[in-house]
Amino acid sequence: MWSIYTKEIQTFFSGLTGYIVLIVFLVMTGMFMWVISNTSVLNYNYASLGQLFSIAPLVFIFLIPAVTMQSFAEEKQQRTMEFLTTKPLRDTDIILGKFAACLTLVFVAILPTLIYYYSIVQLGSPIGNIDSGAVLGSYIGLMFLAGGFTAIGLLMSSLTSNQIIAFILAAFACFTIYWVFDFISTQDIFYGKSDDLVKYIGMEYHYDNISKGRIDSKDIIYFLSIIVLFIWLTKISLDKRKW
Amino acid sequence: MSIRVRNITKIYGTQKAIDNVSFDAEVGEVIGLIGPNGAGKTTTMKILTGYMPQSEGQVEIFGHDIKTDDLEIKKLTGYLPEHNPLYGSMYVKEYLHFVCRIHRLKNISERISNVIEQVGLEREQHKKISALSKGYKQRVGIAQAIIHDPKVLILDEPISGLDPNQLIEIRALIKSLSKDRIIIFSSHILQEIESICDKVIILDKGKIIRDDSIAELNASTQDILNLRLSFLQEINQDELTKIEGVLKVEKIQNAQYLIRYEISNDPREKIFDWAVHNGNKILEMTPIQESLESIFKSVTQG
Repeated sequence: MWSIYTKEIQTFFSGLTGYIVLIVFLVMTGMFMWVISNTSVLNYNYASLGQLFSIAPLVFIFLIPAVTMQSFAEEKQQRTMEFLTTKPLRDTDIILGKFAACLTLVFVAILPTLIYYYSIVQLGSPIGNIDSGAVLGSYIGLMFLAGGFTAIGLLMSSLTSNQIIAFILAAFACFTIYWVFDFISTQDIFYGKSDDLVKYIGMEYHYDNISKGRIDSKDIIYFLSIIVLFIWLTKISLDKRKW
Repeated sequence: MSIRVRNITKIYGTQKAIDNVSFDAEVGEVIGLIGPNGAGKTTTMKILTGYMPQSEGQVEIFGHDIKTDDLEIKKLTGYLPEHNPLYGSMYVKEYLHFVCRIHRLKNISERISNVIEQVGLEREQHKKISALSKGYKQRVGIAQAIIHDPKVLILDEPISGLDPNQLIEIRALIKSLSKDRIIIFSSHILQEIESICDKVIILDKGKIIRDDSIAELNASTQDILNLRLSFLQEINQDELTKIEGVLKVEKIQNAQYLIRYEISNDPREKIFDWAVHNGNKILEMTPIQESLESIFKSVTQG
């Protein structure tokens, strides 16, 4: 697993993928945080990182599929899947190695936003007037969210040898699981009847919960189940070659 | 037996890619798989390497069953697939390093420099894989397959697309590797099989048609010989066929014919007499040793 992990990380940073992901993520969140006056924290009058954590999932919906799209699609295209699967590696080694590598890249992208946190701490009046518990919770929530999106992205990448298709499928699936459930729960057919349940399937509900600094085992189990489910589906999808 | 393949069958949908294939291999043997395209060579190799399981039958390699113990077999096996999958964006050494890490090898840098020397990549070792020519890519592919000193080496058409010089080098390399391991390799180029292999398996439409050692194959062709005959004038083929010992007469062109005959019943003198008797003249009479090529042709085309 670690041999795959190292190889993936090397591929990210020996090409452009890694750097583009870092730059795009920081530029996007930085713009909304500090520059665009409607959403800028400087006009918000509250010392909060809320802007970062509400824009980050949106950025992730596009960025994570862009990271994961090549993981299996390219291996299939180049036929290197045949190389990997005839080496002494289990399919789960390959999947988990790639999963960990993609997640590491996202983690590295999030890391510089700690500067935002430090800035807000300094800008608060009095200095340090910020709900650090909520911030910590939000970071944890963000990593779980990234984990879920990465697992979904890997599955979509394993379904096709075309990276563009992998990207579109993954972005659509991430968008659906994050927002659409929340949105349809307010529709007439569900509202007042089963809207809680529908909402509960979506990711936004759980992400919001964790972001409030309320780290509930239910939400963590939800994210872990999503990750395990999609990794398991990816394994099934790789097993297709054996049919 | 170090490799024991018993009655394996692979079914894709409704089509049988290989049908009831069995063979054995021992350490030290080089086995050539030949057959026309679609005969099942690659499928057989993909099963032996654990890429996909057989539909029926059993494969045992050094006592490990491929279905239950594929990880152990993969540790023992080096495999160069037909399309030579490489990571173009990696450097040669970086790629070999990655392969060593997958196999959890020790003394990685020593192994890499050894294998680079073995396959003759010294001049290209600092290049990116995508910048290499086809022949050198093929060498990287072979390096990747042998770096962990596998007991079983499976090469799917390792010499297709190489120039004659590279061909000679790769052939020598394969020969030098054949000691203390099993090499199974497939090829379209029959002379290759003839020059490298101890044993030939001819596959057609998923079935083994012949499974012989090269010596046996040659011996089996000793009994029947071909003769190329040119006459001054065209002859009556039926009359020629009636001569004792002549098995078959085939017209090549004009007054040129190909004759198959039994060695025990050599008709050459009689053919000469017959020609003289008919006032014809023989311009050429050349015996042709039946090559692997013609055996291949005759068995795969029925």
